[in-house]
Amino acid sequence: MQLTLKVWRQPGPNAEGGLQEYQATDISPDMSFLEMLDVVNEKLIERGEVPIAFDHDCREGICGSCGMMINGVAHGPMKGTATCQLHMRSFKDGDTVVIEPWRARAFPVIKDLVVNRGALDRIVAAGGYISVSTGGAKDANSIPVPKVDADRSMDAAACIGCGACVAACPNGSASLFTSAKLSHLGLLPQGQPERYRRALKMVAQMDIESFGGCTLFGECQEACPKEISIDFISRMNRDFLVASVRAQADSARSGGDG
Amino acid sequence: MAVELKSRIPAGPLPEKWDRHRFEMKLVNPANKRKYTVIVVGSGLAGGAAAATLSELGYNVRCYCYQDSPRRAHSIAAQGGINAAKNYQNDGDSIQRLFYDTIKGGDFRSREGNVYRLAQISVNIIDQCVAQGVPFAREYGGLLANRSFGGAQVSRTFYARGQTGQQLLLGAYQALEKEIHRGGVKMFPRTEMLDLIVVNGRARGIVVRDEVTGKIEPHLADAVVLATGGYGNVFYLSTNAKGCNATAIWRAHKRGAAFANPCFTQIHPTCIPVAGEHQSKLTLMSESLRNDGRVWVPKRKEDAGKSPLDVPEQDRDYYLERKYPSFGNLSPRDIASRAAKEVCDEGRGVGPGGRGVYLDFADAIKRLGENAIRERYGNLFEMYQRITDENPYKVPMRIYPAVHYTMGGLWVDYNLMSNIPGLHVAGEANFSDHGANRLGASALMQGLADGYFVLPNTLGDYLGSTKLEPVNVDDAAVKSAVAEVAERTRRLLAVKGKRTVASFHRELGRIMWEYCGMARSAEGLRKALELIPALRAEFWRDVMVPGEGADLNQTLEHAGRVADFLELGELMCRDALHREESCGGHFRVEHQTPDGEAKRDDEHFAYVAAWEYAGEGQAPILNKEPLVYENIKLSQRSYK
Repeated sequence: MQLTLKVWRQPGPNAEGGLQEYQATDISPDMSFLEMLDVVNEKLIERGEVPIAFDHDCREGICGSCGMMINGVAHGPMKGTATCQLHMRSFKDGDTVVIEPWRARAFPVIKDLVVNRGALDRIVAAGGYISVSTGGAKDANSIPVPKVDADRSMDAAACIGCGACVAACPNGSASLFTSAKLSHLGLLPQGQPERYRRALKMVAQMDIESFGGCTLFGECQEACPKEISIDFISRMNRDFLVASVRAQADSARSGGDG
Repeated sequence: MAVELKSRIPAGPLPEKWDRHRFEMKLVNPANKRKYTVIVVGSGLAGGAAAATLSELGYNVRCYCYQDSPRRAHSIAAQGGINAAKNYQNDGDSIQRLFYDTIKGGDFRSREGNVYRLAQISVNIIDQCVAQGVPFAREYGGLLANRSFGGAQVSRTFYARGQTGQQLLLGAYQALEKEIHRGGVKMFPRTEMLDLIVVNGRARGIVVRDEVTGKIEPHLADAVVLATGGYGNVFYLSTNAKGCNATAIWRAHKRGAAFANPCFTQIHPTCIPVAGEHQSKLTLMSESLRNDGRVWVPKRKEDAGKSPLDVPEQDRDYYLERKYPSFGNLSPRDIASRAAKEVCDEGRGVGPGGRGVYLDFADAIKRLGENAIRERYGNLFEMYQRITDENPYKVPMRIYPAVHYTMGGLWVDYNLMSNIPGLHVAGEANFSDHGANRLGASALMQGLADGYFVLPNTLGDYLGSTKLEPVNVDDAAVKSAVAEVAERTRRLLAVKGKRTVASFHRELGRIMWEYCGMARSAEGLRKALELIPALRAEFWRDVMVPGEGADLNQTLEHAGRVADFLELGELMCRDALHREESCGGHFRVEHQTPDGEAKRDDEHFAYVAAWEYAGEGQAPILNKEPLVYENIKLSQRSYK
């Protein structure tokens, strides 16, 4: 196969960027999308040119490193598939493919297709955990978890933190990401003690990081390589509402802060 | 000068060693812990768990990873599960049995003391992970579910669909983020360790390169933990992530840390076969699939080209069931891999190039229904279909062995400390627990055991019993380490030759796979020992690294890693050549039983080979730590 690529090139965070055209030749339909970029890059290197920078690591769809806008779609045309698992058989000989980095205010570009997704880590740091220290946990089977709850929790926990949901959202919202973590923990008995506090803190951090608000477009769910459901956002909104009411009641009882 | 290899296995009966040791270790009082700084390199199961736990205890922790987030360490890709001797299934499991299975699975080349401790701790790991909210698979009654893995006849593997590594890592990552938020851990993502700083014989820091700004600088501490994973990418094609590398442990080796059993590498039997020259990595299909899948090839060569659906039952050779009736499709990895190679060498392999065997679920689907199989392995089947464009519910999967794990690594004592005081090594980066072959679902167990439960204890013992001098960035040892890294980076950029880094990496990989892969011979290894130094010389003469050092330069990062692989590969071949026996994943064609099984030589090789770096162009020095078995009788491994 032969394709024409239009790739976003930007030498550094503060440099100006633009689309550049490359020919991808000798492409096999069995290659992954990233292997196709490898081929293009090796040819650039052989000519002494700087290759296209892109994040990638496991190349089996689980680490969440890779991700780019392919013809305007986060992770490209194949539903439920991260860029590294997208294969060239999804394209036709002679196609033109436009490749851009995740576009979101909260994800500044570092170079070419590489962006800084540190904001997602900080949302987790704000409260995306169960506060237990190592040691002292009681026997694992002393906390029975109904199978349906465990399964649903796992559906949410499958998030790979790639940021496609943010990139796909017209508002640049991280609601699907945040709600997936809140649901993963909030659906389990172990997660109950901190459930509402967690919702307040993670949602607050989302705002601090300048992610946009959610207006339920649903683009995130379409782009998610793990097909995480937008239903989790409703769950987050409900928990956040309950948490806010409780927080108000608590502060009224205790006579304000402190 | 020979290094001193004191294993420091505590005295006393096996089940009491760890308890006794914990009592005898020095403690650091809570108020003093915050005065110590510990560097943890790597944020996978071992590193992430260690960093979080050390911070919970009160130490100042600095944690480093080359990825953009600690959540992306390659532990995340582990699929199948984690072993623990819980005996929830009431099927005869016990700590003793997990211990024995692991020693036997490792072909009697690991330490009794370490492995017993691992089996003991396995139980606490599951408790800890459940408390953190890891969504393990459950039965309808709400209790934890288990499945079986290779090399065991009990069901002791806990799992979260086919994403167990992901869920365990997210547990450790969340604990790590909790500590980052609290201020106990300072995290350095996109930062690569390029050298170890040794001051007065003790590990006191690392030299790092900030991948975004290119800045090279020293970071100092009271102790260093390397949890940087294995070196499978020396083969270029492996199931490792593209970024996985040996640079941290190789740099430490060149600073004096002994490298143990480098030739002990694991070839995993069930990976998706290579599709073409462009292949950049190999994808594992979890061993758990062998619970329900049956492995076969046609009995006759002539049928190898046929569609599997056209080969009738009586013409199929279910060779694992035939050769190893008691373990069958759940034979250990080294044995299953070699058996696959054998049938393909006979010309009975299937798929492109004849390098593949079938993993067939037709019987299981008939027995349990397609839905049950989808529930168990749905995501793996999807992944297979996405890569191969074939539907494994309808046609059998094609699989072939691929490099997956390295049992060798930096030598450590019972405290997980290398022979450089203050340098601790955890997880796949050390050599400690798996001998010559690791059993499935035991890597996650070891990583978390090291990180959550061993290091947080033993590191305190080191700090509590050692008087450390202050160090600062102006010390000669620090300055020279930084200067050496800067010079090496400059050299890589200055060659400006004609060949790409990837082309060198691929060529090294082909040499390693051919001569130091599933079957090794003295002749082949000698050949590799000529080819590798020549390739290395060519690399430094003709490599092309475009761009500069002062910004994000992924080619430069790759070049540094390949330069180190070009040295490590040679040591692996040297180790494989010296070990005149076959054991576990190390199969020397000269040493096999009449029926083609690995033939160990306990009289001469029941030891850990710990190699010491002797300087540029000098042959490395072999040190031996004898393996002493007080509780287990050495026997030929049999899975028949």
